[in-house]
Amino acid sequence: MSKPANEWTALTLTQACAAIHKGEFSPLEFTHACLERIETLEPRLNAFLHIAGEAALAQAAKTDPASPLPLPIAVKDVLTVENMPCTCGSKILEGFVPPYTATAVKRLQEAGAIVIGKTNTDEFAMGSSTENSAYRVTHNPWDLSRVPGGSSGGSAAAVAARLVPAALGTDTGGSIRQPASFCGLTGLKPTYGRVPRYGLVAYGSSLDCAGVLAQSAEDAALVFSLMAGHDPLDATSADVPLPALTLKVEGSLPLRGLRIGVPQEYFISGIQPGVERTVKNAIEQLSHLGAEVQQVSLPHTEYALPVYYIIAPAEASANLARFDGIRYGPREQAESLWEVYIRTRGRRFGAEVERRIMLGTYALSAGYYDAFYGQAQKARTLIRRDFEQVFEQVDLIAAPVAPTTAFPIGAHGDDPLAMYLEDIFTLPANLAGVPGLAFPVGFDENGLPVGLQLMGPHFREDLLLQVAHAYQQTTDWHLKRPPIDNK
Amino acid sequence: MALTLEEVDHIAALARLELSADEKEHYRLQLSAILDYIRKLQELDTRGIPPTASGLISATRLREDEPRPGLKRDHLLANAPEKEEGQFKVPPVFDLDGGR
Repeated sequence: MSKPANEWTALTLTQACAAIHKGEFSPLEFTHACLERIETLEPRLNAFLHIAGEAALAQAAKTDPASPLPLPIAVKDVLTVENMPCTCGSKILEGFVPPYTATAVKRLQEAGAIVIGKTNTDEFAMGSSTENSAYRVTHNPWDLSRVPGGSSGGSAAAVAARLVPAALGTDTGGSIRQPASFCGLTGLKPTYGRVPRYGLVAYGSSLDCAGVLAQSAEDAALVFSLMAGHDPLDATSADVPLPALTLKVEGSLPLRGLRIGVPQEYFISGIQPGVERTVKNAIEQLSHLGAEVQQVSLPHTEYALPVYYIIAPAEASANLARFDGIRYGPREQAESLWEVYIRTRGRRFGAEVERRIMLGTYALSAGYYDAFYGQAQKARTLIRRDFEQVFEQVDLIAAPVAPTTAFPIGAHGDDPLAMYLEDIFTLPANLAGVPGLAFPVGFDENGLPVGLQLMGPHFREDLLLQVAHAYQQTTDWHLKRPPIDNK
Repeated sequence: MALTLEEVDHIAALARLELSADEKEHYRLQLSAILDYIRKLQELDTRGIPPTASGLISATRLREDEPRPGLKRDHLLANAPEKEEGQFKVPPVFDLDGGR
């Protein structure tokens, strides 16, 4: 039975693909429906930095309805799309139009996907609320006075409000999983190297991962399977075959035989009671589905935050050296080359980017390198070993995504450390390079979504997605929609 | 241990950032607080532990070192704030007075 056009955007990505494959509506009609919804809701959300309406319609008209992904998606503005502006949320890339498309995006386009626009992000993906964007503040569709999380907050808000069925994000320390949790979505940070980084504007090169924010594990699996795989243009991309991602649930105990570890270090005093209660209920539900739940220990968890805030800024200070007003972006005019550099950078980088560049520069500077950067790299080994040891005892780890639900816009003001603490449960997976999946498992007392995080061994995204899918077959948290249509 | 203003000046110069006096003082306090927090790492005994430089390196493969087509020069120059004769244009690199 066909649905009326105004209900198409309520479909999950998998459902919308099936409807297009069956001829219920065309890629062009669906793209029209998304653009109409964007026109209505975007003024309240500020999810996008660039909306490519005409280009998307032109592309949709040419899209083969039989292709695997014949519908519009949104792309976080740190991934390049040829001939579409890419600012990374920064004034230093104002007006930059990249001459090439990121591999992850290109693979989806080859599968039929239509890029409808670029989504808002903390400047160069540095932040946990999207408030560090130089252009606008994105609002959480569940409560417009709150942040959507970050740094992939624009993508999260766009999918949560059903402006698009799925969107791409990037995750260096939690930037897919935390906004997915804040907005009630399923967000996958793949294994480091699983999805190519070519065309992902580098922040912390040893940590950066491209991934997807979607409405269900099934949706995330479809998009992920089309993006993953070795790329000769990225020397750090992994050459490991992708297992089949046909998610199926059998019997009343579909998780029988699965061992899930719950790390004691992830239930600390700073965690909100509503988050702790909801996460524990979800883990209980996984055991009802047959999983065997046991407590495990990741003893170096408390060092993940200091390790991350040395390694990521150190890498950022090197990566962002390329933004100097010479090859791209605007230039602040000056007499000497030195002044061009310092003025362009000093005037066009935002405060959080400047802080991290300075922190990284300090950690790498003569006299401090061994004490900071060297020590952090060794501590990173200990964090990686924690995971290796736990994955000898259990198949995967279940934990909170973040200690809080979505917080009010402006709540962390000018206190960078308070903001950094938002990422304490997501940073370890980036440091160890393991995959992480966030998916919605309930609400707190304010009606805000709470996510559960699953982490698995390298290259076992299939396991994370399978478990989340089994959970989503017996619950409907992932189908709850924000009240944004009621206003 | 708080950073001094001289240290902030030095870091800003290394990082090629022009900062106002207010910004310097503001960052001095914020960076000092962050450094105090991350000094927690010094308590960890890492003797004999090898460093980890990447999320994963064991499964990577280098491509053959063969010439292949790259991006076109005019496409790469299209975003340059100033260009001349197919090249990026910059102020004098060797500047005896304006440089540092």
